[in-house]
Parts: sequence; structure tokens; C-alpha cells
Amino acid sequence: MTGNLTTLFNGSSIPWSDIPESGNDRFLQTIVDCTDRRWRVVSYFGLPEGNRTVLCCLLAKNDEAQLGVMKTVVEGDSFLSIARYCSQVQLFEREIAEQCGIRFEDHPWFKPVRFHRPFVSGRDAWGRSAADPIKVGVMDYFQVDGDEVHEVAVGPVHAGIIEPGHFRFQCHGELVFHLEISLGFQHRGIERSLIGGPSLRTIHQMETIAGDTTIGHGQAYCMVVESLGGTRTPACAEAIRGIALELERLANHTGDLGAIAGDVGYLPTASFCGRIRGDFLNMTAVLCGSRFGRGLLTPGGTLFDLSAEQRNDLLNRLEVARSDLTSAVELLWCTPSVMSRLEGTGTVSGEIAAELGLVGPPARACGIKRDVRQDNPFGIFRMAQIPVVTGFHGDVCARTVLRWQEAQKSIDFIAGQLRQLPAGSNRVEAAQPAGNMLAVALTEGWRGEICHVAITDDTGRFRRYKVTDPSFHNWQGLAMALRGGQISDFPLCNKSFNLSYCGYDL
Amino acid sequence: MTDTIIHCLLVLLMPPLLLGVIGKTKAAFAGRVGAPYLQPYYDLAKLLRKGSVFSETTTWVFRAGPVVTLAATVVAAALVPLGNHQAPVSFNGDMVLFAYLFGLARFFTTSAALDTGSSFEGMGAAREVTFSCLAEPTLFFALITLARMSSSLSLTGMLAHATASTWLGAGATMLLLVGALFIILLSENCRIPFDDPNTHLELTMIHEVMVLDHSGPAFGYILYGAAMKLFILGAIFVNIALPIETGQSFADWGIFIGCMLVLAVVIGVVESVMARLRLVRIPQLLVAATILSAFALLLTLR
Repeated sequence: MTGNLTTLFNGSSIPWSDIPESGNDRFLQTIVDCTDRRWRVVSYFGLPEGNRTVLCCLLAKNDEAQLGVMKTVVEGDSFLSIARYCSQVQLFEREIAEQCGIRFEDHPWFKPVRFHRPFVSGRDAWGRSAADPIKVGVMDYFQVDGDEVHEVAVGPVHAGIIEPGHFRFQCHGELVFHLEISLGFQHRGIERSLIGGPSLRTIHQMETIAGDTTIGHGQAYCMVVESLGGTRTPACAEAIRGIALELERLANHTGDLGAIAGDVGYLPTASFCGRIRGDFLNMTAVLCGSRFGRGLLTPGGTLFDLSAEQRNDLLNRLEVARSDLTSAVELLWCTPSVMSRLEGTGTVSGEIAAELGLVGPPARACGIKRDVRQDNPFGIFRMAQIPVVTGFHGDVCARTVLRWQEAQKSIDFIAGQLRQLPAGSNRVEAAQPAGNMLAVALTEGWRGEICHVAITDDTGRFRRYKVTDPSFHNWQGLAMALRGGQISDFPLCNKSFNLSYCGYDL
Repeated sequence: MTDTIIHCLLVLLMPPLLLGVIGKTKAAFAGRVGAPYLQPYYDLAKLLRKGSVFSETTTWVFRAGPVVTLAATVVAAALVPLGNHQAPVSFNGDMVLFAYLFGLARFFTTSAALDTGSSFEGMGAAREVTFSCLAEPTLFFALITLARMSSSLSLTGMLAHATASTWLGAGATMLLLVGALFIILLSENCRIPFDDPNTHLELTMIHEVMVLDHSGPAFGYILYGAAMKLFILGAIFVNIALPIETGQSFADWGIFIGCMLVLAVVIGVVESVMARLRLVRIPQLLVAATILSAFALLLTLR
């Protein structure tokens, strides 16, 4: 079954020609078989080459460090969809259709993802001509008929200040039958602009794929370039990257805890967490001068070293923030009205989470042990482990508690790393990327698994650079969490997932 | 005469201050400085200076909503006695008019919301009328109980009857009434735990979602009317819960203002220490309030 897969490890690269081309049927059959046997689809994308398209699929086996990759060639402009047998690839197939102009036959949900023109001219999966304007969000939405059924459409302009997204609810009174989410309003053409890279500005593009996951995406990119060039990153740099990644997690988890409290109308925790989030952002600013970690990472290491004074400063700030955060968050668990609001709201079952291939906190909150830091360790996490936190119930409460527990583990980890920071240089010169290679880098951003795959041409330039943000896997999970729930619970469920719009829109 | 003038001035000028006090209390719990006490006045002044935007799909109903609501609230304010003084207008059975003036206001607010044709506003209107259906019996049970105890059918007579000696004589009834009325006070004025006046999430709002399409002076009338409603229902609650009487007119006015400010602080504390209820739980709490007031009535009938 796995005979078609070429195995490799996180942060490594293999020659593109070492990946055997499978026949179309065998390729699809392998995806279906593997996803039935505890593998899951990490990334699935196409490389258009004139009239033909090479499809490449990256799979990961749960609780084993190995990754499997395989490819197949599609001639012409149509291919068979397996979304009916394997829900995880549903969105990937639509993305390939949109980017490469391939029509997926028998796809149950065949609609554009980001509403842009394909990478290749002259082919379009929906037969739109080049003259027709493509309007974002204009498509056939799933509808429910009936006398008492009504449709509620929210966005893309919202009453609060959030990113643009369009949500369609099919409701029966206050009960939600179905939620369809349509994004793409922030599409910036990142993947297309990366072709031909890397250049000096590439790292800055990576830092802004999702502005709140600067370190997560930045580190994945650095790992890709380092593995392509065979650069060995110094231990000191790996530790600083790990500290920055966990600070990013802390800042965002703290912000989320506050936002969840604010959504249920519980003010003390909402206000305190808002301030403490700022404290964590300021710690990142101690590292590199930017509260969001911009300009810290570079292929080959980090641009900033960490002096002894900075380390002491960070340790002191960390202890203050730990006690502040503890007292602010404990208030939530001690307030019955808050707990009754969180418990049992927006439940995603473990089976559904596994079937959809959810990642990050929403998956762990259903008891799925899935964490790149543990499963496919990278950077400092090869030496220093962070315990994986999981929950049981998969509801808003589980996702909230999980964030708090992860925050505690991250604080312990950062404190440990600061006390025993490896000596030595924090940067080496990154070598030029090798040609005709495929490199894979996975990191665990605060939202979950971030996957970057790069394929280089003869001269070591990017022929294709595929970015998969955790939100790409998880938006469907939010839709499922709402099914059969109350429409008034949507904002709370949405906050407990807190997915990225721009990371999805690319 | 002096009392009537003071009554009018208080009713017209004091309501936004209550919102300011509630805001300050919540800010104190959250560890913030908070907006100035007079911020609601500044907001109203700002809104009244602005222009209005009207959707082309709306009719006169949409424009009438805020005006009728405010007018009904002002008339209701004239029926309520404040701090042991006669109400400017009082007659037998004015309690029914009082209750249905709020009904009229609600009817026009929800009609204006439905007039926009927006699915949110329809949702908000549906929630508003569902919850007010459940809140209305409580108010009537409470009024009937008071009418029975005081043998009077006007609000002035009913509320003048609630004194310290009534508390000593029929403490259980009064306690049940106060509990029921406090729940109604919070629910009718869209405070936490029923509704969150500060939320900006379209899908969870009740009252706020109905007024999303109003802007400028019309929105100012809505906010002012809502503050006045809080003031009026708060005044009734204070009259029953804290019937302090000195016999001196000006001292009574001072005590009344003080009690209203204390009430605002109490509401602020309630909003700070608890979260919003899940929407499906709200009817349960409203029915509980009805039961409380029904028991109060039973106790007076025995």
C-alpha cells in the first residue's frame, strides 16, 4: 500500500527525480488507502507544465516521524475526484482546480476557493473566459428548502474589526442546519509570486503570510532553504527560534483566552488577558525589536543574538506574566456562568476531526495526539521536548482549557531554554539551494501544523512553493462545530478556533 | 409644583448618568480607568449633530420607530412616582397604560427592525418579542401584587404604599417581588446576563441588532430612550427595594438620586462578575422570575 510513497523526514530534501511517478489510479488509490490507515494528507498540490500537470501529495503517518510523498502526471484538463471517499482532500482538489485549471470529475462541492485566475492561461476549471471578471464570493451556495428554513448571510464586512469572510447559515429558527464559509477576499497571490525565488524579500513575504504567525511561517521557510542548501543551523539559533515560536504561541493563546472571555461577556479576564498579551509581545520585542517577531529569522540562523542581560530580563518578565496570566485565567474556571456557557458548545467529535484531518488545538481538544513538535520534531524540539496537551470533549471549553495548558507548557519551555542557552554563534551563511530538489518543512505554529514544500528547478530557483496554513485544514472543522448548534453560539465557536483568513487566502 | 419640575428635570437629564456609572463600575472591575461619567452625554450630543442614512428599502415605519419609542418612554416616565413624591400624571389604572406604553415602544422598535428586511434584524426582533412575552407576566404579577397590598390602582398609590413597615409586615412578599423585578430590570434593559450592550457580534445580539441600521439623531433617540427606560424601571425597583422616607421633600430627592446611583453600581457589579447566558437559557430565567412574582401574589391573597 505504501509502496508508492517515498519517505522523507521533516526538514529534509530529496531529489525530485527520486520520487517515482505513479499511475493516476494507483496514486488516488494510495491516498484513499493511506487515509484509511492512520495517515493523513498534509499537502496536495499541482505543478502546471504546459498541457500536463504534475500532482504531488504529501502524507504523514500519525505518531511516526516519517512523511511520505508521491507524484502523478495528469494529461489534459480533467481528473477524478476522490473527495467522496476522503474528505481531507476536498479543499485541496478545489485549490488544484483553481490554480492549475483541472476539472475534478464527480467532486461533490466543486467551487472556487480564492476566486483568482489559474496559474496557466487558456485553461479554467469552471470554463470562465479571460474577459469575465471573477467576483470573490459569487458562487452557488448550499441551500436548504422549506417553509421555516431561513438563510442568514454574514460578512464580508462585519460589525467588529476582523478580517473579511463570508458566512452563510441555513437555519431553522435559532438552530443551524449548515454553515458554509466562503473566503478569498484577502488573496494576494503569494504562491505565484514565490515562483523564481528565493530573493532577499522572500523572508518578508513569508513573515506576512499570516501576520500573527510570523515565526511559524518564517521558520518553515528558513528550514526549506537550509535543507536545500545543506546548511547546518547553529544550536544557539535553534534555541532562539524555539523561544520566539513559543512566545508567539503564548501571545496568541493569551489573546484568544481573553477574546473567548469577552465573547461570553465576562470582562475581567477579557481585559487582563488583553494586557498580558501585550506583555508577551513585548518579550518578542526584547528578542528582535519587533513585537511580532519581524526580522528575527533568516536562513542560516537568526539576525539577533541574546545577551545575558536580555535573558535575565526575559526570565523576570516571564515570571511576572506567568503569575498575572494564572490569576486572570483561573477566574474563568471559578465562574459557573462562564463554564456553563463554554461547556458543550460547538462540539466536534474525534471521528470527524480525524476524518477532516484537523490540526493544532482543535484536533488536540478532541483527544487526537497531533503536534509537529512531538511527531516530526524540528529545530530545538529535537533536543528539548514539550509535552503534548490533549482534551476529550472537543467543545469550546476543551479548546479553551487546552490553550491555557499549552501556555503553561510554553512558559516552562522558554524558561528552560533561557537558562541553558547554547553558546556559540547565532548565524551561519546559508548556502545556495540545490537544483531539482523537493524540500519539506513542517512547524507547529500556534494554530497548528504549518507545511511548506519547495520544488527547485535546475538552477536552484523555486519552481513551485506550496504553503499550507493550519487554517486551510481547520475551517471545515468550524463549519462542522456549528452543525446542529445555536446560531448565537457562532461568535464563540469562531473565537475558540480563531482561524486565519489571510493564511487561508494566501 | 417644585416636585413636578424636579421630576421632569431628573427624568430628562439623569438617565445617561446611570450608563456612565455602570461603565465606570465595569471598568473598575476590569482594572481600567474607564470612560468619564459623562461620556454617554457626549455620545448623545455627537449623534444628534450627525446626519442620518436611510436605506432605500425602508418606509416611514423605519423612521417612526425611534421617535415613537422615545415618546412612549417619556410619557411612561410621567406616570412613575420618584422618591416618595406624586407622579405628575396619575389616575386609576395608569399601571396598565404604563405597561403597554413599553409594549407600544417595543412594537415600533421591532417593526422598524423588520422594515429593513435584514435577516439579522429579523432574528433580533424574533428574540426580543419572545423574551418580552415571557417578561410581561412577571411585570403584571408584580403590579397586581402591589395593587392588592395597597388597594390602589395607580402607580403613585401602589408605590407610596411600599414603606419600611410594609417590609416588616410582608417581608416575604416584598423579597420575592424585588427578586422578580430585578430580573425584569436586567432583561428589559438588555443588560448582562440577558444581552451584552457592548457586543459587536451580529449573531448574538438581541436589542442592539435591531437598531443596527439606525444612524445619527435617530440612533441617538434610541440610546436616550433606552437609558430613560433603565431609569424608569430602576426608579420603580428602588421605590420598592429601598423605601427610605424622611418626610422632607428635598432630602427625599437626594436619597432617591443616591439610591439610583447605588442601583447603577449594583448593575455594573452584576455585569462584571458573571457571563452572558446561553440564549436558550434566557426563557428559563424569565419563567423563574414569573414564578417568583406569582408566589408573591399568592402570599398576598392568602
